[in-house]
Amino acid sequence: MKAILTVIGKDNVGIIAGVSGKLAELHVNILDVSQTIMNGYFTMMMILDLSEAESSFGDMKKSLADKGTELGVQIKIQREEIFTSMHSL
Amino acid sequence: METKQILETIRMIEEEKLDIRTITMGISLLDCIDGDGAKARAKIYDKITRQAEKLVETGEAISDEFGIPIIHKRISVTPISLVAGAAQDENYTAFAQTLDKAAKTTGVNFVGGFSALVQKGYTSGDRKLIRSIPEALATTDFVCSSVNVGSTRSGINMDAVKQMGGIVKETAERTKDQQGLGCAKLVIFANAVEDNPFMAGAFHGVGEEDCVLNVGVSGPGVVKRALEKVKGQPFDVVSETIKKIAFKITRMGQLVGHEASTRLGIPFGIVDLSLAPTPAVGDSVAHILEEMGLESVGTHGTTAALALLNDAVKKGGVMACSHVGGLSGAFIPVSEDAGMIHAVERGALNLEKLEAMTAVCSVGLDMIAIPGDTPAETISAMIADEAAIGVINNKTTAVRVIPALGKSVGDTVEFGGLLGYAPVMDVNRNSSADFIARGGRIPAPIHSFKN
Repeated sequence: MKAILTVIGKDNVGIIAGVSGKLAELHVNILDVSQTIMNGYFTMMMILDLSEAESSFGDMKKSLADKGTELGVQIKIQREEIFTSMHSL
Repeated sequence: METKQILETIRMIEEEKLDIRTITMGISLLDCIDGDGAKARAKIYDKITRQAEKLVETGEAISDEFGIPIIHKRISVTPISLVAGAAQDENYTAFAQTLDKAAKTTGVNFVGGFSALVQKGYTSGDRKLIRSIPEALATTDFVCSSVNVGSTRSGINMDAVKQMGGIVKETAERTKDQQGLGCAKLVIFANAVEDNPFMAGAFHGVGEEDCVLNVGVSGPGVVKRALEKVKGQPFDVVSETIKKIAFKITRMGQLVGHEASTRLGIPFGIVDLSLAPTPAVGDSVAHILEEMGLESVGTHGTTAALALLNDAVKKGGVMACSHVGGLSGAFIPVSEDAGMIHAVERGALNLEKLEAMTAVCSVGLDMIAIPGDTPAETISAMIADEAAIGVINNKTTAVRVIPALGKSVGDTVEFGGLLGYAPVMDVNRNSSADFIARGGRIPAPIHSFKN
């Protein structure tokens, strides 16, 4: 299963390290990353492969959201299909 | 996948209130028919709670994984007049209470199908069901009722129209300590559809499968935001913009419906391509019409704007999903739409204009509070007018009005939650009593003879 992770918030030291560290801990593989600063906000998107992940989607979502709170950013994870079905035929 | 597209989807959900309005499980109760009413009710309760056991849980899991809210999880059932007809009971309230209990057990927020289809005539089951409506709606929390009084194929049953005016008043009376809430759960249709996922008018038609999942999408806020970007441009551009956005909204419905039906192991029925407003700011159909250039919804031009919106939503949505059904179009409930409420309050929108709008949108006079002293015959006459619009134009129309007891024009009725609040609207004070007293049937229109 593939998912899309979005991280939005005030730029700070250690956001990428924190997020990717957490993903490694959850056995989630990062397939693609795009990161930019939009209107002063740190905006990062990752395409993830969840096939090796051990915990449930709900648990991963919660632990990533907790990590976000710790880093002062908003972290969301959604299954990829919601984006592909909306934007492609 | 482009960053821009990902952000667009997230913005649509978070800022513009894009959501899946409802996933509705249609359950046939034809195999629950029994000569003994108590046995029939036991079978009904068992079947609903068995089939819909995981409906709410599945809806929540999908919502969580895809990150899109699914606001309602609901159930529609075979019209109870058909299911209860074999039983000897004189009053069908107990059937409504069984549905209510099943709703509470499964955790859904409405069960639709306390219904009768009397477009041409009554069976004894239909008669008993309709007589039970006021008590049934007053003694249950989550049961919705509907009665179909006309169709293009069969004309309008004016006896039923006459009776329903009285039933609406009686329901208001019985639920007066809840502001006539019972009437918000009662719809009178012409050309009712069998696969509608939206309440209060949902029921599971007899032509449907044993169990099926239907989806209703929404997203007026998304359409409004898209139109803000094409201010002043010709209607060709407006129509194209709405089509594109309707396509995207409907794709969400298709995805969620497909996923939910797979997980529940039941067939996926239809997507209802609707723009259903809520009282929340930024979730209004009226504001879309105003964005097209009208100072207020209700002014001249409103009907044309709504016609364009309704048509473009369908055109955009049709290609986005495998099967389209239900009501499919823009809803114009007054109490559930902040823009409609404001238009009534500032005197820009009246009942006559709303009636004209129902000729080009997907439903009818919806969630409108009228003075409590409105005669039953006047309500019947409103139903007759709406049914005529539906029957002649080959479309679904409906009436869901709430007589606000003890209140008059200018007062407000507060329902709370997604049902919102409604300013009491003026009705024509001239009598329709002799017209309604005639009864009988208005014959089917000439264009119904297509064979």
